[in-house]
Amino acid sequence: MTAVALTVNGKAVTGDVDPRTLLVQFLRENLRLTGTHVGCDTSQCGACVVHINGKAVKSCTVFVWQIEGADVLTIEGLADADGPLHPMQEAFREHHGLQCGYCTPGMIMTAVDMVYRKGHDLDDPTIRHELEGNLCRCTGYHNIVKAIAAGAKAMEGRAKPAA
Amino acid sequence: MAATGIGAPVRRKEDQRFITGRGHYTDDISRPGQSWAYFLRSPHAHARIKGIDGAAAVAMPGVLAVLTGADLAGDKIGSLICGWMINSKDGSPMKMAPHPAIAQGKANFVGDAVVLVVAETLAQAMDAAEKVNVDYEVLPAVVDPASAQAPAMPQIHEVAPRNTIYQWHLGDAHAADAALKAAGRITRLDLVNNRLVPNAIEPRAAIAEYDSGTESLTLWNTTQNPHVARLVISAFVGMAPEHRLRVIAPDVGGGFGSKIFIYPEEVACLWAARRIGRPVKWVSGRSEAFLADAHGRDHVTHAEMAFDGDGKITGLRVKTIANLGAYMSTFSSSIPTYLYGTLLSGQYAIPAIYCEVDAVYTNTAPVDAYRGAGRPEATFVMERLVEVAAREMGIPPIELRRKNFISSFPHQTPVIMSYDAGDYHASLDKALKIADYDGWEKRKRESARRGKLRGVGFSAYIEACGIAPSQAVGSLGCGVGLWESAEVRVNPTGTVEVLTGCHAHGQGHETTFAQIVSDRLGIPIENVSVVHGDTDKVQFGMGTYGSRSGAVGISAIVKALDKIEAKAKKVAAHLLEAAEGDIVFRDGRFTVSGTDKSVAWGDVALNAYVAHKFTGQELEPGLKEGAFYDPTNFTFPAGCHVCEVEVDPQTGASEIVAWTAVDDFGTVINPMIVEGQVHGGIAQGVGQALLECAVYDKDGQLVTGSLMDYCMPRAADLPALKVDMTRTRSPSNPLGIKGCGEAGAIAAPPAVINALTDAIGTEELPMPATAQAVWRSLQKAGNRKEAA
Repeated sequence: MTAVALTVNGKAVTGDVDPRTLLVQFLRENLRLTGTHVGCDTSQCGACVVHINGKAVKSCTVFVWQIEGADVLTIEGLADADGPLHPMQEAFREHHGLQCGYCTPGMIMTAVDMVYRKGHDLDDPTIRHELEGNLCRCTGYHNIVKAIAAGAKAMEGRAKPAA
Repeated sequence: MAATGIGAPVRRKEDQRFITGRGHYTDDISRPGQSWAYFLRSPHAHARIKGIDGAAAVAMPGVLAVLTGADLAGDKIGSLICGWMINSKDGSPMKMAPHPAIAQGKANFVGDAVVLVVAETLAQAMDAAEKVNVDYEVLPAVVDPASAQAPAMPQIHEVAPRNTIYQWHLGDAHAADAALKAAGRITRLDLVNNRLVPNAIEPRAAIAEYDSGTESLTLWNTTQNPHVARLVISAFVGMAPEHRLRVIAPDVGGGFGSKIFIYPEEVACLWAARRIGRPVKWVSGRSEAFLADAHGRDHVTHAEMAFDGDGKITGLRVKTIANLGAYMSTFSSSIPTYLYGTLLSGQYAIPAIYCEVDAVYTNTAPVDAYRGAGRPEATFVMERLVEVAAREMGIPPIELRRKNFISSFPHQTPVIMSYDAGDYHASLDKALKIADYDGWEKRKRESARRGKLRGVGFSAYIEACGIAPSQAVGSLGCGVGLWESAEVRVNPTGTVEVLTGCHAHGQGHETTFAQIVSDRLGIPIENVSVVHGDTDKVQFGMGTYGSRSGAVGISAIVKALDKIEAKAKKVAAHLLEAAEGDIVFRDGRFTVSGTDKSVAWGDVALNAYVAHKFTGQELEPGLKEGAFYDPTNFTFPAGCHVCEVEVDPQTGASEIVAWTAVDDFGTVINPMIVEGQVHGGIAQGVGQALLECAVYDKDGQLVTGSLMDYCMPRAADLPALKVDMTRTRSPSNPLGIKGCGEAGAIAAPPAVINALTDAIGTEELPMPATAQAVWRSLQKAGNRKEAA
């Protein structure tokens, strides 16, 4: 077993894990943060995207021991529990950017990262290209693209958190 | 109430938990003392199991049980079944082979479960499975459906000589033969409807728990129909009596048909949980899902359409071989028969139709319903035939369609269905307008200037939804009724719970069903909760598939609301000291007609429960009503989709550059949700046409066994979609709803292929029409011309 310590959604967490434990497994099984989903076993679907030190990463691609000391943000930490939704979450609801909801946390975490990297004025081809690592089977992406464009605009004035 | 009533694009109530990561999918649930299941699956498509040595696995750390098909048989756990009896044309019943949850004696496809390992952790179960030694005698495999019936082929199941499950037919063979004989022109096509893997993004999962005190079992399961799962697992598999088995389908991450079925893994987990006295959890990996989920489509078809000299369709003859895989999945028999042959009239008046379908076993994963289920296959046959015929005759494809459209209703087809309402000219006309068909030639020239071949394709589809009138499907062999149930429970404070036998896995029932109740009772939508997916809460229901939840499920809610209103009026009459017949209910108030005396909904709800204003002899206390709604007919959503593509003749690469969908879904409750369903359906149909195909090699190995190999549509593969509607009410249910869930997947494949074949100038193009396939077709046809 391996001892790990990191920060998740602003809280210091520790664990004693089998060395082959993936970050997504640690989040889901050890911390019971089940908003981060597993949709595949080949790092294709993007349902497990979280932010590690401010960057979008598929949490099925890292062992938890590899990111000792890192700052991890999951869908549960994107907005304060009692506060308003994050603009990107609100945009997904407003534009019906989700149906079954399973890919949604990964989509939203990818979308927020996309805005950090590409800015607030995202056109259709840019969004579609940037979504290459996220699969949705329900929406045909049409409303996800609309939601991300609107969410990007709504995020104007929000600073990227310090990495 | 208009802001949340029928027709309002209400934002979804369920979204809050999904966008904040607080949904409750099966894999999110952990039970105290839970153990983990891992299935060791056959690496061979067809192999005798000569022996299983699990001793080394049992000795591995954390292992609780290593179980085989022999153990399952020893505990007298029964076989899974297919619930729709199809008879062959000679009257003999379909040949249903046993389908044990764990293989017994022989493995019949790559992925057939052979050993179940249960351990403290998933990693321990997987490690232990590595130590199991299975002695296989590999047998020759049957993979290709078109040759599965050949005498030289090995026979997979004892009950099915020539691997033939049934040889079914529908329609009038003599009339169709005569029409073809007398035809002025015949268009013939050989079509393969490619095999697909549903790939809901949430993989299947199950948690089984046994309570030895009450001798009852609970199953949390990724299912689209928990009650039918409970019925089959009780009555046929014999796991537990129905009243001591609870099935819970919590949030389910997409289904598309693949989660309708009762699968081996959930049966095996229930059995293991009782054997070891611990909750047992199983979560499918994605690559495992490719092997073990039911696949879709997989038809090989020869079709002939006869025309008179005036371009009127006079007859249709279709012969299809349908691959049902290694075992008959829950509803597999009905898909290539009563959900396929019955739609072969399309939107057209055709006097004579004859359809023959041979269903075959192969050493591949079971094949069952996938979004559209039979209707996409029928639409592909019809819309390719009509398009190709028009091109052969030199008639514009839209003109040939118009010439043959059904235009009076009801319309009895020669293949069972009686279309109740529609306006096919209206959807075609509207689609042409939105697609700017007048500007088509200009766009084609503009594409040519850039060296691209531009093509346009149409798909005027019809489907049968609102599944289904119980007596009608019963007469066709269905083992269950396809009504739906609802219960409306009004609380003393006036808030409402609606219990439905439907199940939502992306469709937004928590919102649309609440809209119905809010609209009817005049209460805020926030005061309505929709309860579904738990057999301990909802008494019985038939689940969600076949675009049935609006037409059938909502109709049941409407029927229950009728009863609620009637009872509430009696309570109001007592409160207002008026005659029941004088009470008018509108906008949440009960008023004595012609007076200003009234009482609000909340007061009536409270008084129904405190029961101070009437005696129990006059009126029963409480306000709760249930209803079962059995539809009078199928519903017939229909519409027209127009696809424009550009093809690079140098590489065969294609791009969908425009898409217009005009659908007639009858009454629409929430247009935002309905449009979303259309978007998703189109994406799956485009996936089938351009990208997706489940490929087995000659030995029965699944070559496309992961998301690395099977091409799912991504955002950049799809264009922005123009979606609009026309509306004719369905006369077959109270609100006039038709259903919208499958339309896109049904309409899209022929629209894409018709557009591509228009662009490249040859009809020989398989699905998926990858760049390679398009390039090959161009080469073969000698059409690798520079766009002029």
